[in-house]
Amino acid sequence: MAQDPILEIRNLRIEAQEHVLVDDVSLTLRRGEVLGLIGESGAGKSTIALAAMGYARAGCRITGGEIRIDATDLRRIGVTGRQGYRGVRIAYVAQSAAASFNPAMRLVDQICESPLRHRQMTKAEAQARAVALLGRLGLPDPQALARKYPHEVSGGQLQRAMAAMAVIGRPDILVFDEPTTALDVTTQLEVLALIKKIIAEEHSAALYISHDLAVVSQLADRIMVLRGGKMVELGTCAQILTAPRECYTAALVAERDHSQPMMRPLPADPGPPVLRVQKVEAAYGRTRVLQGVTLDLHRGETFAVVGESGSGKSTLAKVLTGLLPPVAGRVALDGRPLPEGYRSRSAEELRRIQLIHQLPDMSLNPRQSIGKIVGRPAALRLGLKGAGLRSRVEELLALVGLPAAFADRQPPQLSGGQKQRVAIARALAAEPDILICDEPTSALDQLIADDILRLLVRLQDELGLSYLFITHDLGIVRRIAHRTLVLLQGQTVAVGPTAEVFAEPMHPYTRNLLVSVPQMKPGWLEAVMAEKTVHK
Amino acid sequence: MGRYIAIRLALGLVTLISVTVLVFVATNLLPGDAATEILGRGATPETLARFREQLGLDDPLVLRYGKWLWDLLHGDLGQSLTTQTPIAETIWPRLVSTLRLAGLTALVSVPLAIGLGILSAAHEGTALDRVLAIGALAAISFPEFFTAYLLILVFSVKLGWFPNLSTIFPEMGFWESLHAMVLPIVALACLVTAHMMRMTRTSILSVMSQPYIEMAFLKGVPRGAVITRHALPNAAAPIIAVVAMNLAYLVVGIVVIEVVFVYPGLGQYMVDAVAKRDIPVVQACGLIFGIAFIGLNLVSDILAVLVNPRLRSPNRGR
Repeated sequence: MAQDPILEIRNLRIEAQEHVLVDDVSLTLRRGEVLGLIGESGAGKSTIALAAMGYARAGCRITGGEIRIDATDLRRIGVTGRQGYRGVRIAYVAQSAAASFNPAMRLVDQICESPLRHRQMTKAEAQARAVALLGRLGLPDPQALARKYPHEVSGGQLQRAMAAMAVIGRPDILVFDEPTTALDVTTQLEVLALIKKIIAEEHSAALYISHDLAVVSQLADRIMVLRGGKMVELGTCAQILTAPRECYTAALVAERDHSQPMMRPLPADPGPPVLRVQKVEAAYGRTRVLQGVTLDLHRGETFAVVGESGSGKSTLAKVLTGLLPPVAGRVALDGRPLPEGYRSRSAEELRRIQLIHQLPDMSLNPRQSIGKIVGRPAALRLGLKGAGLRSRVEELLALVGLPAAFADRQPPQLSGGQKQRVAIARALAAEPDILICDEPTSALDQLIADDILRLLVRLQDELGLSYLFITHDLGIVRRIAHRTLVLLQGQTVAVGPTAEVFAEPMHPYTRNLLVSVPQMKPGWLEAVMAEKTVHK
Repeated sequence: MGRYIAIRLALGLVTLISVTVLVFVATNLLPGDAATEILGRGATPETLARFREQLGLDDPLVLRYGKWLWDLLHGDLGQSLTTQTPIAETIWPRLVSTLRLAGLTALVSVPLAIGLGILSAAHEGTALDRVLAIGALAAISFPEFFTAYLLILVFSVKLGWFPNLSTIFPEMGFWESLHAMVLPIVALACLVTAHMMRMTRTSILSVMSQPYIEMAFLKGVPRGAVITRHALPNAAAPIIAVVAMNLAYLVVGIVVIEVVFVYPGLGQYMVDAVAKRDIPVVQACGLIFGIAFIGLNLVSDILAVLVNPRLRSPNRGR
């Protein structure tokens, strides 16, 4: 196996206007080998992956180093030269397939574009290979699927179609940039198995980028840990998992391990429920998305609602906040019926239920100061103003662990985790009893997400808050939820104390969700896939 | 899709009816009337009253509107008050002239604008892009009569290549009349090309930051092909809208150019009619302008849906 490397990057340096994104990173990749790149957002993983194709995003420049495929340095062969390598020798699989397919072109035309442009095949050959690949990737009716437009196809199917688009020209190197991050756990599992199969069947080398060490450990032969654009550690998969040399790597490895519950147990008699949801049904137009959901939320309790995308969990949040009036069922706050639409709710009722969104980037107005964002509900709901308001804002920022000086900053100057803290402070500003958290950590890196969870648990302790916690991440559920409700296509599959829901005998769907959560054990992927085929 | 087009058509009809109301009411708010204008200062109150009765100017507004609309529905645009001839006879050749000028200008300017817009986007930030930007801004900023007189001064007075008057007679041959129309076409094209070109460039560049554009680059597609194959189809809706706006402007807003070049179009006809208080003619012209505007916008709305596969396919709900 002592071949020459197929891809070799030496002393790579990439700069944006003022700061260095990637600093002195070197790596080699041999035929048939998978190298995992892991790190938080901002670690430079994607920037390195794109640089391997000789590509730098707008605003970034590759300012130093060599990028060699075989003996050719991509930096020295000009734009036209690089075009000849992309899609032919090295191909890319992006994170969000939904955004990476042109909405105005049929899938087959996009999949065949590169081999046709590089004159590798005739149109008939390319289309036949595209359809064959789609079939090999387990997509039903590939002939018809190829003729579809991206919006007519689900996210998981698009991700497979993108894998087909990458391998159609038989490239030697595949670059996977977080290809499963946007998928549900169950879909992620299937796509991961397919990626593994493709790499083996096509005998290609691969760069696999992820922030999830468990995912990378299922595919990679070697793993490189990155932080702040620099290499922290490089080693074989087993060495990184079992004997990390650097503290940062050790923290990443340890993070998945502490699956001990974080929350304080509820008292034996929690008293009457704060929020009582009875047989709620909701629909968009004629499509039912929630069918008879019933739950009681007590003071100081965390109630998790889990399910895949499309299961109706976010719709439940919309019903409870009054954004989507239910078609049937009752919601009661402290025993009094809660009006359906938010317009007909009293100011007091609105104050008591607050919401934290999934994407802090989009839920904070980028033009407003943090002080204004956090202060607005306090002024509106509690009538604070002037110095009183300012000191309350500082208090709230301190509560979520941010310095008072942040009040004058604006959201774009903050990191993802800091923005989510601001969103929590804003929700707390109205002094609510109930917080509805809609996947508040799914857009964050693992270590940051952990901090946010710890913050939420601490706030629950101090303020006696009740959380309705919507998530697809079962790892989180087992750590913070007192009780759990599992949704499948709008119907309740299981409900009860978290430990009971995840104890045998489990509903098959719950088990499916549970086993799909990636684990750091080597060979986990194969074991799960084998078990699944047995069950089928 | 069919439903969408039906709704659009119905809305277009509603807009058209409100346009007839507005045209009718607005023209009746003009000071003075045809009777005083035609009979002149020497008219006695008695003759004025009789003349008004004869023209039907004394009936209530609603009644006159109803009669006008009824006649319109039967294809009768009414009679000119000043010449006492059917308006349709006079207006038809004028409309043809205007449409010919607008059509020829569009034929030149739309492909030119979209081509230059693509070129500008493909070479974003280069000297070429900047030269095109400066040219476009200059063309937009100069008032149209200024451009027109500049063209006459250079190409007609100094060089003598084209006539300075663009009056077209029925007996003129195709090439002869085309020759006469070159200068007004160039003057109009300057104005609308710049606008459409800037919009094409902006729409394309706004799409260029999308992940699927990056994906196309990573598949080894050259920049020119990325723009025409991937960016342009997704930037089509705003481009179609601005093209339709400019085409409508070519039909409706070229009075100044017509006057400068003494071109016998609809705009000039309407201006004359306003001066003579020939209300039925003003109303007929206003209505035709309204139809042009509504029709072109309708076409652009429908085209914008047709180019977008997400809107084209039937909505299955979620």
